[in-house]
Amino acid sequence: MPTSLIQPEFKVEIDYDKCHKCGRCVQQCGWGVYSFNERPFPDDSKCRACHRCVTYCPAHCITIKKNELALRENANWSSEQRKNVWRQAESGGVMLTGMGNDKPYTSYFDHLVLDACQVTNPSIDPLREPMELRTYLGRKPDSVEVESDGHGGVRLKEGAGIAKNIKLDAPIIFAPMSYGSVSLNVHKSLAMAAERLGILMNTGEGGLHADLYPYQDNVIVQVASGRFGVNPEYLNRGAAIEIKVGQGAKPGIGGHLPGEKINREVSTTRMIPQGSDAISPAPHHDIYSIEDLRQLIYSLKEASGYKPVGVKIAAVHNVGAIASGIVRAGADYVYLDGFKGGTGAAPAIIRDHVGIPLEIAIAVVDQRLRDEGIRNQASIIAAGSIRSSADMAKAIALGADVVAIGSAALMALGCHLCQGCHTGCCSWGLTTQKPELTRRVDPEWGAERLTNLVHAWSHELQEILGALGVNAVESLRGSRERLRAVGLDAQTCEILGVKPAGM
Amino acid sequence: MCGLMGICDQSGTLMSGENAIKAMAVQRDRGNGLGGGFAGYGIYPDFPDHFCFHMMYHDVAAKEEAEAVFDRYFTVDLAEPMPTRPVKGIGDAPLLWRYFLVPDEHKLASSEMSPEDFVVHTVMLVNSTIDGAFVASSGKNMGAFKGVGFPEEIGHYYLLEEYAGNTWVGHNRFPTNTPGWWGGAHPFTLLDWSIVHNGEISSYGINSRYLEAFGYKCTLGTDTEVAAYLFDLLLRRHKLPLELACKALASPLWTEIDRMPAEEQAVMRSLRAVYGPGMLNGPFAIVLGFNGGMVALNDRIKLRPLVAAEQGSILMVASEESAIREVLDAPDRVWAPKAGEPVIGRIKGMDWPIHGDLHLSPSEISCAVTGVEDTCETTVEVN
Repeated sequence: MPTSLIQPEFKVEIDYDKCHKCGRCVQQCGWGVYSFNERPFPDDSKCRACHRCVTYCPAHCITIKKNELALRENANWSSEQRKNVWRQAESGGVMLTGMGNDKPYTSYFDHLVLDACQVTNPSIDPLREPMELRTYLGRKPDSVEVESDGHGGVRLKEGAGIAKNIKLDAPIIFAPMSYGSVSLNVHKSLAMAAERLGILMNTGEGGLHADLYPYQDNVIVQVASGRFGVNPEYLNRGAAIEIKVGQGAKPGIGGHLPGEKINREVSTTRMIPQGSDAISPAPHHDIYSIEDLRQLIYSLKEASGYKPVGVKIAAVHNVGAIASGIVRAGADYVYLDGFKGGTGAAPAIIRDHVGIPLEIAIAVVDQRLRDEGIRNQASIIAAGSIRSSADMAKAIALGADVVAIGSAALMALGCHLCQGCHTGCCSWGLTTQKPELTRRVDPEWGAERLTNLVHAWSHELQEILGALGVNAVESLRGSRERLRAVGLDAQTCEILGVKPAGM
Repeated sequence: MCGLMGICDQSGTLMSGENAIKAMAVQRDRGNGLGGGFAGYGIYPDFPDHFCFHMMYHDVAAKEEAEAVFDRYFTVDLAEPMPTRPVKGIGDAPLLWRYFLVPDEHKLASSEMSPEDFVVHTVMLVNSTIDGAFVASSGKNMGAFKGVGFPEEIGHYYLLEEYAGNTWVGHNRFPTNTPGWWGGAHPFTLLDWSIVHNGEISSYGINSRYLEAFGYKCTLGTDTEVAAYLFDLLLRRHKLPLELACKALASPLWTEIDRMPAEEQAVMRSLRAVYGPGMLNGPFAIVLGFNGGMVALNDRIKLRPLVAAEQGSILMVASEESAIREVLDAPDRVWAPKAGEPVIGRIKGMDWPIHGDLHLSPSEISCAVTGVEDTCETTVEVN
């Protein structure tokens, strides 16, 4: 009997006429594709098309191709469906994967277009005029209360104002990715970039490594159901605290970091034994309802001298009511993670079939909070496949205060979306703890690339704002009048609060 | 593009409405004949304490219905057709009447409302339930005169040269977004506030959603309506000082805020963060008139013209300097107000009215200002 019915997905072709026989491909590949006997020999079945070897081949002699084996066409049983059946018949297990949903769902962002000024109001040139992206993250009072300062001026009344808000120089932050799922060098890159950009990185659920303490003012510390690395010092180091209830890639599912990735450093940071699987439960076992969430929010505030506390949820069907409850429970921000959001490891069936699109979630939550008159009480962070500054601008126009990028940030560091994060073999040294791989990311190099990316998107957002004739991002936020839908049905338009083009 | 003017004699001396007409006439190019209007203050010295209703009726039935309302809830001390003269270019005018009203003592007492609430409630009742009736203004000792036409034609039509006021605002409309109709001309009014506006507010989308969260309903789709509600929200409901309200609507840049002294910085930072959704972004110049003066405000990077001048106790603003030169023969100072810096004229001895006795809900106020029926959530009832 054959060991597997599944044929390799990719074919690795080496042009041996050009090949230097240097063996660099062998050394670079984290998946063990290559063996070497006078020249490199690829084992196609191990290749994930991460292009590490291709990028580093000095002779440019490696080509990765799709293995175009013809299966009898069947519009119902795609080749992927068939392979999955074979795969599970072999393994009897849950199929794991990494990164975000790769199924061809509608991208609503791609059906929304932005407005621009012509004649009746002027566009503004961001190269010549100020164009402001500064954003304050956190709870805002309903109104600003002032009193006379006794010298003819005014001052804020005691306790009024936005003292507890976090200043962001751009409406973009790095999404939570835990130390353990990604390497320490990735965390360092994110933290250094966040500091330089005046924005925030997010620890994810794996605790805060001591090497990141210098950057703590630019770090959100996360408290997830596993409580990894959570202690009073951790809570007090962060600029804000985030309760992770759910993740867009795996709503309703806990986390699983395999023991292979728990080395000594990860073990110390997470406060768990070395080599043991780190399994965070599906629910928080102290949050079985909204009132429990309120208690946890205020416990964390008490423990941290009233730092802002946000709540991260996956976008699910009833997200409007859930978000409303979260805001009323005292959260300073709601983090909405759409169903295309990335993950270090998730069951493919959950990743690809559970949750709702981010665009819909933003629209519904923003409107719900406005209907209830509590929109000012919490910021909305939108995440889950923000792919470009256009997605960012559209998310903001739909009602988000800030967007968070995870997949895009990893891509800035080399990620090619090969979806092998859960294996711990990342050739790019990102989602691995193997020292020979993690050292491939120099934090200084990583920070520079992340800084470049955010700067580039910020410049593009400024161009968009200028075209819209506004010079501050708060004038785009929630301004759905500046969006039009192309090719969406009337009901979707209504849910998004966006008119079709032509209206 | 639109044109506007405002003039205020801070000593309280009355000026002929001719000044306002002259100032608008030289700015004729700024409109397209689809809307012109004025508001004058201190123009009814014989009835200083009466609420003066300027009415527009499409037909006699509407007039009779509205008058029945006035008779029921007010003592009508004078009801007369608005004095007008035929002017070339002005046609198709609605029936224009004005009424000097005092709330009926018993009705007011049993309504348990302040007189201001009572009046705005009536405005809303008329605007929302009587087909073809629209209240152009309802303040004390002031009135709005507006219609479809060029402003100098409208001014002459209403015989404004025969009125004398301490403050005048005027507007010339070049509608691009909404069709011209008599009630839709500027100024928009709420009790004795009047607002004229030149510009297109690029942040309208979020401004209107922000206001809707407070209950205001932005039904006309005009920027001016939004500006009027924002002033109502900031000044009356949130009790912000006038200068701060202006700073919230036309916020300084963050780089400017960062350079302010610590205490001022804390105020401004909060003001921007909290009122960011209400910030008017895009080109505008606004004049808000009230019993006791006026405020002129430019957008935050001065994308619309606004010129100011002083001559003795007179403060004047206009879209173009030519309008100022036409009216003031020897101004002491003519300047271009900086972006976002309010120009405030206050008449000596008169209080700044923030309508402190007005307690109506925002949706009711929307209904009163626009005259659009579906702004009212529930049937309006005045007892």
